[in-house]
Amino acid sequence: MNAGPPLRQPASSAELFRVFNRLALQGFGGVLPVAHRALVERERWLSPAQFVELLTLGQVLPGPNIINMALIIGDRSFGWRGALAACAGLLTVPMFIVLALATAYGYYAGNALVAGALRGMGAVAAGLILATAVKLLRTLKTNPLGLPWCGVLGGATLVMVGFLRWPMVWVVLGLGGVGMALAWRRLRPPAGAA
Amino acid sequence: MTTFTAMGELLALRGLGWGDVLQLWAHFMLLSLLAVGGAITTAPDMQRWLVGEQGWMSDAQFTAGVAIAQAAPGPNILFVAVMGWQVAGAAGVAATMLGIMGPSSLLALAVARFGQRRADSIALRAFTAGLMPLTLGLLLSTGWVLTAPTRGEWMAGLLVLGTVVVMVRTRISPMWLVAAGAVLGALALG
Repeated sequence: MNAGPPLRQPASSAELFRVFNRLALQGFGGVLPVAHRALVERERWLSPAQFVELLTLGQVLPGPNIINMALIIGDRSFGWRGALAACAGLLTVPMFIVLALATAYGYYAGNALVAGALRGMGAVAAGLILATAVKLLRTLKTNPLGLPWCGVLGGATLVMVGFLRWPMVWVVLGLGGVGMALAWRRLRPPAGAA
Repeated sequence: MTTFTAMGELLALRGLGWGDVLQLWAHFMLLSLLAVGGAITTAPDMQRWLVGEQGWMSDAQFTAGVAIAQAAPGPNILFVAVMGWQVAGAAGVAATMLGIMGPSSLLALAVARFGQRRADSIALRAFTAGLMPLTLGLLLSTGWVLTAPTRGEWMAGLLVLGTVVVMVRTRISPMWLVAAGAVLGALALG
């Protein structure tokens, strides 16, 4: 059917490190789009369907999608060594870059230009995250909870965590529990139907 | 000599004790399992704890940390490393990164090895669907918390709004918006 070129396997843990390191360094403002190009199109480690499947799994699991994806790909090839290599590839070099920038910021934080630039970048960072929320709004239309319940739960989360600054654990366990129970009731096939 | 000084600076805890570092690690381990919509959804709680409760950093430092991580290449989760670095140097980075990555990574590997795919089971669908509105609320909270240092400044408000509009309407890389924010900020928010 879709007779693309056959899939390959990573040759070694070192190759896992190299590939994930390269894609991490290419990813400004999010690594996922680059990950698709590298893992599916260039290296052919995953078919497009496998990529989507891993992404869905990553969304259910806590933790960053891309890290979970790297861990699972590495683990499938070379067990825990592979998982470690892929994850280290993703994080090591970018971490040194980020910490160098943070250190530089520490030295120049008193400079009005630097402080202003960082305040501007902070405002953009806030905007980027709010934009993600706006895009996510569209997916709520197909949520089995229905829009009113989504609004109530999302709004309550914003008030409790964002405005009242309550600890996140209790809010997520409490409201999350309510959300999951409601979703469960609506998704469950009606009793007696079959 | 200089090597020792450099080592000393790297290992300096910036006034915190090892007990504090352990606490940092424990708090980020807890957040690791709550990060169902990605690590950034736990930012409001990090800010509440690091800035409000412990007083280890300021609002401005917190928001700058997130901004620096977004301006640099690599996974966005590295903002967590910046938090650790600012709070307690290298030991802080180890505490926050191992904390936020540890539990979720072990869970991911366990599910990948033993759980296998059942992404269409009703229980899993109820789990994701039930948490989706919370993810949205947490992202909105994160946006709100990050505006703390510039709240009330019209220029910053415009930047926030402009970013949202451009990101929703166009496919421009966020990198350019961060750059524009730096330039406009240096000119108008210093």
